Amino acid sequence: MSAEPLLKVQDLSITFHAGDRATVAAQDVSFSIAAGEVLAVVGESGSGKSVSALALTRLLPPAPTCTVTGSVTLDGVNLLGLPEDKLAKIRGGSIAYIFQEPGSSLNPVYTIGFQVGEAISLHRPEVTDVKGEIIRALQEVHINEPERVANQYPHELSGGMQQRAMIAMALACNPRLLVADEPTTALDVTIQKEIMDLLARLRRERGMSILLITHNFGIVANFADHVQVMWKGRIVEHGTVSEIMKTQAHPYTRALIACIPRLGQRRRRLTTLTDELKVSP
Amino acid sequence: MSTPANLLEVRGLSVHYPGRAPWFWQTAAPKKAVDGISFVIPKGKTVGLVGESGSGKTTTGRAIVKLAPLTAGNIIYQGVDIGQMSNTAFHPWRKKIQMIFQDPYNSLNPRADILSILSEPLEIHFPQMSRNDRKDRCAELLRSVQLPAEHLNRHPHEFSGGQRQRIGIARALAVQPELIICDEPVSALDVSVQAEVVNLLQDLQEQLGLTYLFIAHDLAVVEHVSDQILVMSKGRIVEQGTPAEILGNPREAYTKTLLAAVPRF
Repeated sequence: MSAEPLLKVQDLSITFHAGDRATVAAQDVSFSIAAGEVLAVVGESGSGKSVSALALTRLLPPAPTCTVTGSVTLDGVNLLGLPEDKLAKIRGGSIAYIFQEPGSSLNPVYTIGFQVGEAISLHRPEVTDVKGEIIRALQEVHINEPERVANQYPHELSGGMQQRAMIAMALACNPRLLVADEPTTALDVTIQKEIMDLLARLRRERGMSILLITHNFGIVANFADHVQVMWKGRIVEHGTVSEIMKTQAHPYTRALIACIPRLGQRRRRLTTLTDELKVSP
Repeated sequence: MSTPANLLEVRGLSVHYPGRAPWFWQTAAPKKAVDGISFVIPKGKTVGLVGESGSGKTTTGRAIVKLAPLTAGNIIYQGVDIGQMSNTAFHPWRKKIQMIFQDPYNSLNPRADILSILSEPLEIHFPQMSRNDRKDRCAELLRSVQLPAEHLNRHPHEFSGGQRQRIGIARALAVQPELIICDEPVSALDVSVQAEVVNLLQDLQEQLGLTYLFIAHDLAVVEHVSDQILVMSKGRIVEQGTPAEILGNPREAYTKTLLAAVPRF
């Protein structure tokens, strides 16, 4: 790993306030991502993995509803201390996001081309041939007939094509870090494989880092370099993928891997989490 | 002829939807969601149905309970063809065949409490049941899916995804069905919750002698629960066999592609 990581997160804590009640969504989360590295974050609903990813660029409700402490450093700049207009340049610029449900992340009333073009003209004002750039972005994610797709609306595309369009939009601004929040959970396995292969190729070609949020250990094992496991708002385990797939230090990681049915290893019953390890009732 | 061992026999089932013609004077080719499929579900067993979105697996499940219109074919339930029946004639069979849906968030009425969600099927299919008996039955149902009976007065939003799916299962069990069509029952759940719900479904099958048609796209889950697996693609069944046959020795190219796409670890 290089000396200075691309992104460094230190003691990130996120608390939501509603009336007198305070809910800690993430506590003392610290990690770093090197250039070109894929870091997978694994955990169940409510473990704080998505919230932590959103907090990187403060994509959360403002204080006092939600308070974020700690530091997020990208290339030596603390993002949490930045004013809103500077942060807006980072969002979608240096750090781009793709989400789980491409259908609801795209704006239904604009064409794909318009939405990709909007990202380009916002973050790369120097580009004069926006149209050509849109086509190039769509070609790069293996969309056949990019001219036709650019004129289509999100509802005219399949889930896999929508996710490609989202990736095209995210990558059009040459991000250093791509945050992929369960990018294939809503997709079929064959489409999932195509999308993950696509992300792997783009990372190789561009040296882009990826923060991959998932609950699929199969994807983690095949795609990530490092993995960290989140449980009840904390990182309970961190290591290289080969280490963690072989031996798990935390009982939660062990239990989580044990309860997944695996192809070709039929058991009579599936293992479940014990009450102490459960996140949701 | 359906043998007594087969609870359900599907012969040449087709569900076609009218296509959209480019111009009004033209006739459109129908969209063949399900195109002439045949299979049997033996009593007390689990038949897994896998395929990608758009392969027709959900439509197949819905056609069996008359939630999708049949274009052709026979659905023979214990020797009686229920496929061509009118809705009124089908009514007594509805309680024998129940359904569990994928999305535990959208398949429960948010305004109703759990008691009314579970009583509704009882009111329809057991009108002679007294109010108190119904309430007792609902409490018993909640306990059978491992939820405390005190939760009867709560509303769906007070439950987690896994608990809601348990309520969906309790609702299906309310009318004492023989066959349950499980349409992606665990796809929306976390892996640990998924394991609990799968175990619960297997326990209930053992206790109550239920028969399942288990529709899912997760091959590992289907392998785990099924006695027989059907692989669907583009409205047709391309391959069927035991889990060991399908996973150990897939013959069709489509099944091989599907298996190769599953990330292993």
